[in-house]
Amino acid sequence: MTFVENLTLFVLAGFVGYEVITKIPATLHTPLISGTNAISGITLIGAVLAAGSGSSTLATVLGFLAVVMATANVVGGYLVSHFMLRNFGRRRGD
Amino acid sequence: MAGVLGGLPDSVLSFAYLVAATLFVLGLRGMTHPRTAARGNLVSAAGMVLAVGITVLWFDILSPLVLLAALLVGAAIGTWLAVRVETTEMPQLVGLFNGFGGGASALVAGAELVDRFGSVGSTAIVPYDVTAAAALAGIIGAVTFWGSLVAAGKLHGLLEGSIRYSGEQGVKLVVLLVAVLAGGYLVVQPGSFGAVPTADWVPVYWLLVFAASVLGVLLVVPIGGADMPVVIALLNSLSGLAAATTGFVLDNSALIIAGTLVGASGFILTTIMCRSMNRSLADVLFGGFEESAPGGEEVDIYEGHVMSTSPEEVEMLLDTARRVVIVPGYGMAVGQAQHAVAELAELLVADGVEVVFGIHPVAGRMPGHMNVLLAEANVPYEQMKELEEVNPTFPGTDVVIVTGANDVVNPSALTDESSPIAGMPVLHVWEAETVVVNKRSLSPGYAGIPNPLFANDNTYMLFGDARESMQALVSEYKRNH
Repeated sequence: MTFVENLTLFVLAGFVGYEVITKIPATLHTPLISGTNAISGITLIGAVLAAGSGSSTLATVLGFLAVVMATANVVGGYLVSHFMLRNFGRRRGD
Repeated sequence: MAGVLGGLPDSVLSFAYLVAATLFVLGLRGMTHPRTAARGNLVSAAGMVLAVGITVLWFDILSPLVLLAALLVGAAIGTWLAVRVETTEMPQLVGLFNGFGGGASALVAGAELVDRFGSVGSTAIVPYDVTAAAALAGIIGAVTFWGSLVAAGKLHGLLEGSIRYSGEQGVKLVVLLVAVLAGGYLVVQPGSFGAVPTADWVPVYWLLVFAASVLGVLLVVPIGGADMPVVIALLNSLSGLAAATTGFVLDNSALIIAGTLVGASGFILTTIMCRSMNRSLADVLFGGFEESAPGGEEVDIYEGHVMSTSPEEVEMLLDTARRVVIVPGYGMAVGQAQHAVAELAELLVADGVEVVFGIHPVAGRMPGHMNVLLAEANVPYEQMKELEEVNPTFPGTDVVIVTGANDVVNPSALTDESSPIAGMPVLHVWEAETVVVNKRSLSPGYAGIPNPLFANDNTYMLFGDARESMQALVSEYKRNH
């Protein structure tokens, strides 16, 4: 895709994010942060390509580190959100 | 160069990314209500599995063992951290994960540059939009990584609170300038016009990352305690922007969309946190609170006006109350008093008393901190009220119990224009019939100013640790009911 097409995605996604997230109540802001945190681990896609491309040793090492960090971010972020949200969904006495 | 699915047309990959992006948006939409939020989180996770899965299967992975090892190590670290963390340690864990995302983005952009500069030969130029995006991803990612580490260290008590020094802003400016100049150099790639191989310009990227790392540390080091919710929200936003800019480097729509969603989310939270303190972002990052008024005055406002009370007396107040509002603050988190507070609320509700929690947006150390602690202690979310919702109800409230909060219930935010917290939205607890403030001492809160609430005629001070006091109150209540 061209740079401008990518920029289009960026701008539109920004508006979508703004509209959706302003509707999230304050009580869920911590799980929101850890959940979006996990989403920002999407950079794992890039890390996978860098680690797996095998083009140079340096790129592989960088890719390896990036995959470790991004995976920790994704897995940890979703798990932490899950644990927190389980508490919110639960009613007293459960 | 094709993976398992590589034989399929390119549009299949793009379509899979579109589905993943849709799942992210739907997942976030689920977060708009506590009942649907857990499902939303799972939907979002499914989007992630799809995006990563298709990437692994699509492209030719030359070193699958390296990749598998990295995935396993990362997943193990993430799981271990998530499982063993206590709810009270949540702010630093969230901060740490923010950093991981940012750091990974900076490394990916670097790896891509190494790859590009290595493969295009000595004279060809890497497109400007790629190098510009890589420079941005490097700066944002490194700032996020180191800023988050410092923030997490502070929240974990490993680093001192607020460190300020003279010439602070100048130092930051110089470091930023180094990073920006290195970035400019990368974009222009002067070497590629001459005989110098472009690969020699790769170290410039690492110089940029190094400068940005120093900047990340310097930015967060001076910021203390109660400003942490802003920092956590800002770093959250930056980790998303780092992913989005890395998406520009890799020309990858999934990274751009997902990263931007996170960037927008963090931006909104940052704005809400700043508004809740009536301070600008620049003020939080670079200002800090100014020295408060001379000490003599502070002592005077309390002198002879402060009434202290005991759990027995508070229990008697609660005996006749029909509506009780509990206002928690960071002190509740520190003292891990949430279970005792929740038990008290439960006892009162069982006796027909209306109980709600009045939660200030910046109470605690991250957005929504109090809510998470109370949810862990089984407080139903219907009882947690936001500032705008609870403020009009104070005149009809019999007893307010403030535990571990200070600045967020300070009336001088409304009455004293010269106060450092002037204009900050606060909980109008003094409008209730009686206010009980549970606090260790009369010491000022983060803003460093006295709180006239403590000297009010309808305020009683219940001195002591939050948990011990609340537990004493619970057992006193049980004994009489």
